[in-house]
Amino acid sequence: MSKQAHSRWSRSLILAAGAAALAAGAAAPAAAEAWQPSKAVTFVIPAGTGGGADQMARFIQGIVTKHNLMSQPIIVINKAGGAGAEGFLEIKGSKGDPHKIIITLSNLFTTPLATGTPFSWKDMTPVSMLALDQFVLWVNAESPYKTAKEYIDAVKAAPDRQFKMAGTGSKQEDQIITVALERVTGGKKFTYIPFSGGGAVAVQLVGNHVNSTVNNPIEAVAQWKAGKLRPLCIFDGKRSIYTNKVTATMAWSDIPTCKESGVGVEYQMLRGIFMPAGVTKEQVAFYVGLFQKLRETPDWKKFMEDGAFNQTFMSGDEYAKWVAAAEKTHYDLMKEAGFLAKP
Amino acid sequence: MEEIASLLGGFSVVLTPFNIGLMLVGILLGVIIGVLPGLGGANGVAILLPLTFTLAQQPGGTTSAIILLSCIYWGALFGGAITSILFNIPGEPWSVATTFDGHPMAKQGRADEALTAAFTSSFVGALVAVVVITFLAPVVARFALKFGPAELFAVQFLTFASFIGMGRGSPFKTLASMSLGFALAAVGLDSVTGQLRMTYGFTDLLKGFQFLVAVIGLFGIGEILLSMESGLAFSGAKAKLRLNAVLTTWAKLPRYWITSIRSCVIGCWMGITPGGATPASFMSYGLAKRMSKQGNTFGKGNIEGVVAPETAAHAAGTSALLPMITLGIPGSPTAAVLLGGLLIWGLKPGPLLFVEQKDFVWGLIASMYLGNVAGLVIVLTCVPLFAAILRIPFSIIAPTIMVICAIGAYTVNNAMFDVWLVVLFGVVGYVFNKLSYPLPPLVLALVLGDMAESSFRQAMLSSQGSLGIFWSNWLVGGIMGLGVILLFWPLIKRVLALVRRRAPAGAPS
Amino acid sequence: MSDGEGPGGPPLISVRTMDIVVALLMIAAAAVVIGDSLRLGMGWQENEGPRAGYFPFYVGVILAVSSAVNLVRAVLDRNGAGKTFTTKPALLQVLAVLIPLAIYVGAVAVIGIYVASIAYMALFMWHFGKYPLWRGFLVGFAVSAVFFLMFEIWFLVPLPKGPLDEPLVPVVSAFMKSIGL
Repeated sequence: MSKQAHSRWSRSLILAAGAAALAAGAAAPAAAEAWQPSKAVTFVIPAGTGGGADQMARFIQGIVTKHNLMSQPIIVINKAGGAGAEGFLEIKGSKGDPHKIIITLSNLFTTPLATGTPFSWKDMTPVSMLALDQFVLWVNAESPYKTAKEYIDAVKAAPDRQFKMAGTGSKQEDQIITVALERVTGGKKFTYIPFSGGGAVAVQLVGNHVNSTVNNPIEAVAQWKAGKLRPLCIFDGKRSIYTNKVTATMAWSDIPTCKESGVGVEYQMLRGIFMPAGVTKEQVAFYVGLFQKLRETPDWKKFMEDGAFNQTFMSGDEYAKWVAAAEKTHYDLMKEAGFLAKP
Repeated sequence: MEEIASLLGGFSVVLTPFNIGLMLVGILLGVIIGVLPGLGGANGVAILLPLTFTLAQQPGGTTSAIILLSCIYWGALFGGAITSILFNIPGEPWSVATTFDGHPMAKQGRADEALTAAFTSSFVGALVAVVVITFLAPVVARFALKFGPAELFAVQFLTFASFIGMGRGSPFKTLASMSLGFALAAVGLDSVTGQLRMTYGFTDLLKGFQFLVAVIGLFGIGEILLSMESGLAFSGAKAKLRLNAVLTTWAKLPRYWITSIRSCVIGCWMGITPGGATPASFMSYGLAKRMSKQGNTFGKGNIEGVVAPETAAHAAGTSALLPMITLGIPGSPTAAVLLGGLLIWGLKPGPLLFVEQKDFVWGLIASMYLGNVAGLVIVLTCVPLFAAILRIPFSIIAPTIMVICAIGAYTVNNAMFDVWLVVLFGVVGYVFNKLSYPLPPLVLALVLGDMAESSFRQAMLSSQGSLGIFWSNWLVGGIMGLGVILLFWPLIKRVLALVRRRAPAGAPS
Repeated sequence: MSDGEGPGGPPLISVRTMDIVVALLMIAAAAVVIGDSLRLGMGWQENEGPRAGYFPFYVGVILAVSSAVNLVRAVLDRNGAGKTFTTKPALLQVLAVLIPLAIYVGAVAVIGIYVASIAYMALFMWHFGKYPLWRGFLVGFAVSAVFFLMFEIWFLVPLPKGPLDEPLVPVVSAFMKSIGL
């Protein structure tokens, strides 16, 4: 009840603000294209504090403040409930509000499919893709497997469910990759064990409680540098572009792609920005411009390299098309894995 | 020793006027954040993280930045106790157990004593944990790696076992209260299968029942409703201001040295494994109650009941930073945010941090010593001030508490629904209190339920459904065994007593 | 703890009645829990351990059984009928806090937390403390202002706002910046 009342109020407020903006626009047509936020922008994170999306959002907040990219402050809030559903529902419910943006993980696709919570990317306005987060197949450095092929062969040779894969969350990106890997293991399954975050997953592997993980680079890089973990392959179509040495002998670019190693699985995670539906083109354009400026900063470039991100940038129709295709991919993968919510 | 030389180097990094200034600012901010329920250490650090971004760019700036953030954390650890004791509102999850005896003490007019005990114990806990970090970091970090899901479940089971079976009153009411807690904990997304449980299609229930929302209502609002009924006043209001309260309390504290040591051990262990500060405080309280000679006065204002949870919580909160520094694994939500901070500033936490960023690490460790000393001095000086808050007329303080509860509930999740829940839990707290349904089992179940269930099921997944995993090595088997003994301790004690009585010439009890 | 001796007056509800009501409510809660556990599957899956409904199911069963025992005990308890849960004046006193609190929370959702808090505090002080209204408003304003600065300006944590306090945020923020805070 309270929520309805709240949103009714805010909606009428937005209407009023919209009318005011229209009036202003009519009075000064030149100003119409250069829309600026008139109050603090709320940046929703559909995940908990400390995770990858949270780090990126707070980093963005820091860069924007530091380089003065926007006249209004960014306020970051976490809405992690229901595997991020809470955050996406908030954006869905804020139709027409140009002062709210959200950063996405793969749960943009996986959560509605797996839980049946009613939202989809079509309820929002795509702004831009910031980067694609990579996934790497990691094993403990003490294990005998030097290549992905060796590892997969070992899985094939062992009894079913013998090999344990740790990952973040259930029916989300890590488990989807695991299921995709099972296509090439000759019918042998992994035992997938879900944990609450990437850090916990990495420690399970370092402590030898599981056999492998598909951590994002940033989640496992410290352990790699320290010689505790070994990367086998990267789930991207081509190798990473970062050639600076991370360990004494290897750079990100030295990790072969999974395809090269005979494991035909590709997966990347969208780190992108969306806005509520019903915003104007000028408002979207403002944020696209903001994130383009952000990408030019040296801090951002360093952050991208540290996390070995794929720096693809998209906006507009191209981005929407990409998202639509990604949704289809997730639907297919999850359908195949039996992860879809029962109606 | 090498560590001492490095530590002295660390002190020289930290002891600049600028860094000391940051330290004081951080602690004050932290105390404020700790006092406000809902706004926890993790939020506080996360909120201020972007501000440190500019700071960290200057030479030596990363050390300054981490000093600021970690001092916020110390401040929040200290601050959590204040509202727990004064108003029965736990400012932080780990100060819930502090309310059990701290608030009764305040009601008896001994708020200053309780606050002094809480702050001092916090300091002792933190100090011990920092010493552990200084000298045993590599060893302890390796120990942390031994904890898989089965071991974590064993720890949670032990926490539970050490706390349970100690309530007075009807065992069936205890059982009902506890299972209600477990049921509430299960609402929301099941982390193992990704299915929604007991939400019945309500999107407000997606995030489940948050521990803090429940305790703000059950304890904070429930307490106000109770005091309204019995005539508009906190009994503590009559307390005289005693300026020497700190000294007189300090004179009493050394008596509880065994409790302190036990709580430090529990705290360090739980912080590193990572069990967390909240379970540590509950476990420590439970054990103190069992082992104390005055166990039956726990819950009625026994100072030992303040010492135990506060020492453990602070030791756990501090030692949770160790796995973050050495392994890059956060031992607590706040540590997770700090970890993000390190990454953002361009540092790579992990096993090599000690080698590559010597100044930074030792600066951080040195700031732990100094930050805690500074924090203790600040909060102790304010004890009479905090105690004086209780002298404000009830009709002013009560609505302020209500407002604080509402803000606290909202900030946990930025959800209006939680504010309504707090009111509902307030009524539940009031009714349960009057019908002598015990509340501690409910909140313990709420905080442990989810964690214990997912650890159990993760363990089952990895053992493919075999319960033998809980006895598969000395570590997990030892913890489980200890837990079983504690669980049946009342029974064992009775049997022992029986045996002793049967024996001829039985010793006088 | 407190055995219900509030302000005097004839007993209104006995402990026994309340015990019965609470036990029945708990049984209802247990039914809700068990119901959904059955939908999720409460079995033990081969190779995987308990399913999503396994723990909630048994928790629900324990809740139901223990509440049933409490119910029977309360029904049989002749003593409890004599003990007072609450008296009429005491209940009124509690409701006098609870109902305004509910109205306050409702108002927070509509006019924002700061304005609602000022009104709530003023009225509470006026009703219970017999303070003049203007003093109540003054205290309420001070408390609200402190929280406003802390949350909206310094920590950048947005609390629910309405038409009255929303426009203040940029103004106050600019002002605080200009004086160096």
